[in-house]
Amino acid sequence: MKLKAPERVTFNKSGFCPGCGHGVAGRLIAEVAEEMGLADKLITTVDVACGSLHLEDWHFDTVMAAHGRTLVTAIGLKKVRKDNPVLAYYGDGAGYAIGMAETIHAGLRNDNVIAIVVNNAIYGMTGGQMAPTTLPGQKTTSSPYGKDAARFGKPFRIEDAYSGFDIGYLARGALVGAANINRAKKMIRKAFEKHMNNQGLCYVELLSPCPTNWNLAPLKAKDFLLDEMTKHFPLGEFKGGDAK
Amino acid sequence: MTEMICAGFGGQGVLTAGMLLIHAGMKQGKNVIFYPSYGSEMRGGTANCAIKISEKKIASPVIRQADIVFTMNAPAIDKFESMLKPGGLLLVNSSLVDANRTYREDIRVVKAPVTDIANDLGNPRGANIAMIGVLAAATDLFDPEFLIARINDYFEAKGKKAPANETCFRKGMEAV
Amino acid sequence: MSERVLMKGNEALAEAALRAGCRFFAGYPITPQTEILEYLSWRMDEVGGSYTQAESELAAVNMVFGAASGGARALTTSSGPGFSLKQEGISYLCASDLPAVIVNVMRIGSGLGDIAQGQGDYWQMTRGGGHGDYRTIVLAPNSVQENADLTYLAFDLAEKYRHPVLMASDAAIGQMIEAVELPEFKEHDIDKFDWSVKGGKVTEKYRKIQNIFYSMGPAYEDFLREKYAKMEAEEQRWESTAVEDAELVFVAFGISSRVCEEAVEGARAKGLKVGLIRPITLYPFPVKAFEEAKKVKAFMTNEMNLLAQMTDDVRLATGCKIPVYHSGSIFSISDTQELIARAEEVIRAAKGGDRT
Repeated sequence: MKLKAPERVTFNKSGFCPGCGHGVAGRLIAEVAEEMGLADKLITTVDVACGSLHLEDWHFDTVMAAHGRTLVTAIGLKKVRKDNPVLAYYGDGAGYAIGMAETIHAGLRNDNVIAIVVNNAIYGMTGGQMAPTTLPGQKTTSSPYGKDAARFGKPFRIEDAYSGFDIGYLARGALVGAANINRAKKMIRKAFEKHMNNQGLCYVELLSPCPTNWNLAPLKAKDFLLDEMTKHFPLGEFKGGDAK
Repeated sequence: MTEMICAGFGGQGVLTAGMLLIHAGMKQGKNVIFYPSYGSEMRGGTANCAIKISEKKIASPVIRQADIVFTMNAPAIDKFESMLKPGGLLLVNSSLVDANRTYREDIRVVKAPVTDIANDLGNPRGANIAMIGVLAAATDLFDPEFLIARINDYFEAKGKKAPANETCFRKGMEAV
Repeated sequence: MSERVLMKGNEALAEAALRAGCRFFAGYPITPQTEILEYLSWRMDEVGGSYTQAESELAAVNMVFGAASGGARALTTSSGPGFSLKQEGISYLCASDLPAVIVNVMRIGSGLGDIAQGQGDYWQMTRGGGHGDYRTIVLAPNSVQENADLTYLAFDLAEKYRHPVLMASDAAIGQMIEAVELPEFKEHDIDKFDWSVKGGKVTEKYRKIQNIFYSMGPAYEDFLREKYAKMEAEEQRWESTAVEDAELVFVAFGISSRVCEEAVEGARAKGLKVGLIRPITLYPFPVKAFEEAKKVKAFMTNEMNLLAQMTDDVRLATGCKIPVYHSGSIFSISDTQELIARAEEVIRAAKGGDRT
């Protein structure tokens, strides 16, 4: 297996915790952009939380947006810089809680941007609180006895919310294990390809472990993701994909 | 300065009448202002606007006391007759207002059947233009030939040239 | 300049923005601002720009944040309740050193309020209405002509300072129609800034739009002090009427200032020494204008708010040495004759009841 580090990420400095998927996601995006010859044109927007650490390790022009507004910031940017690929990068809290209106309406309008949404089922940067994606029974710092789905709802699934919308691409991958990571990279690549064809919103949700806030060692966190998270968040392509 | 309120049912063209008059005022080199009723007031089916035409700078867009109240129906008289200055002019569309209606003693009332005039000319939407003709005849605000020319170029600029307007205007003048 | 045409204030503002090179608009309907959005919904296409009716004011102002990051001249407009929602984006624009123009067509009241004209957002607009440590230039037009001219200027000022500029219009100015000479079209090159995001070779310095103190460190404090000091030195704008010998000076902006100007004329005709200072920039407040008022015994603001919001700035401008009165109603534009009567009363009181 040949390993070539992308030029667009630095390996000197990273703020991510050991075992976190953000570093992998950032690298996959850089690899795809370089392989497609788009790295010189790509502009990214990042949210305020863990994902914003890519400001330090990505060598792309990047805008740090307000929490939950990363997607609409990218949309505004794309409308004035039509020749640049524009990618919004944020987490499940940004996309499915505070930025839900923006998520829904970007789908409704089928805005022409790439959205890469890292789902770790909790709020990471603030220390592991319950999110709309938190699994039933999952303990977090704001659901210490486990999430009561009857009170707070079932985990939010983007494929359900977008089911009636004709968006360019919708897929979910996972950032654990070589096979899943390779598959996730293919999804990201497909999102870029469709974006470059102006096919509208190209959306990839990536399940990521958060060993720090899940209070699990990295390997246990990987198991939790594959054994528990995927029960609620099936992997695969939902819109605009090839045959499964 | 001339302060005027134009009022009537929605669709009678009172806002257009206001626009035509300030357009002509502007072309006279005067300062003009038009202030529409807007928002929830639109829902009642009545429309009105306040216009001012002045040699001097115009301060407030709001009219507290009007020199002229240009009405196209009875509710407009109900609402705005009281706002006329003593000696002010009330234009009444006698096609739609009870002939026995009484008015303030201290104002001048000019009545003309502008809806009938417009209908008789086969141009029912021209009642507002006929009333502008009434205004032209009843006041010395505008030279009538100048005013009809400005009405024509206002509509021409919008791509809506209508020769029937001039006929309505002249019939309105004759009705005074 | 072109020929005088009749335009509604809101439409003149929208057209002037396009002529200033604005090619991005995002907004949300709210009375009495909506004609700006409606006008741009068709007109923006004609000039090859981008128009979006967003899902909320939050989304709209953050789209503007994105467009501004890309170097475009970007506009969003709202009124009252919607303008409150813009505060998130305005604070972020300030923090990230980004130019943009945000218009508030002020309406009456807190909460929902109502759609009539008001000037109750003075504090919110001049004090930095969002979180954090910022203010913005605030321009206050008092006619349809100034709605056009100051919008045109707003984009230049936003660019000069890399800072958002606010327009304090109101329902009266937005809704009324007057004759206006529109400014000429000018082109804006979105690639002309070194700071805007546009992509680049791997060897280039990457542009990061974020809270600029991350990259600036301790130098940020001086940078910010100097930025505001420059605004206060260079951008004070006002119009004075008969101030030099005036014993009472009205201070009023926007639509209220027009009634005050008429009141000055009426008061002078009655032999009353009355003048007017009309701030055109609400921030920076035109403190220089007050130096001219050498004979003044009292100031009186006229503003459509009850808490006499601008009197704070008048006191600061005059070192609290001169009494400052307030006039105005939240419900209506003041009446000229009533203002003249108030002026007479205040002048008499200032002279210790002397009736000569």
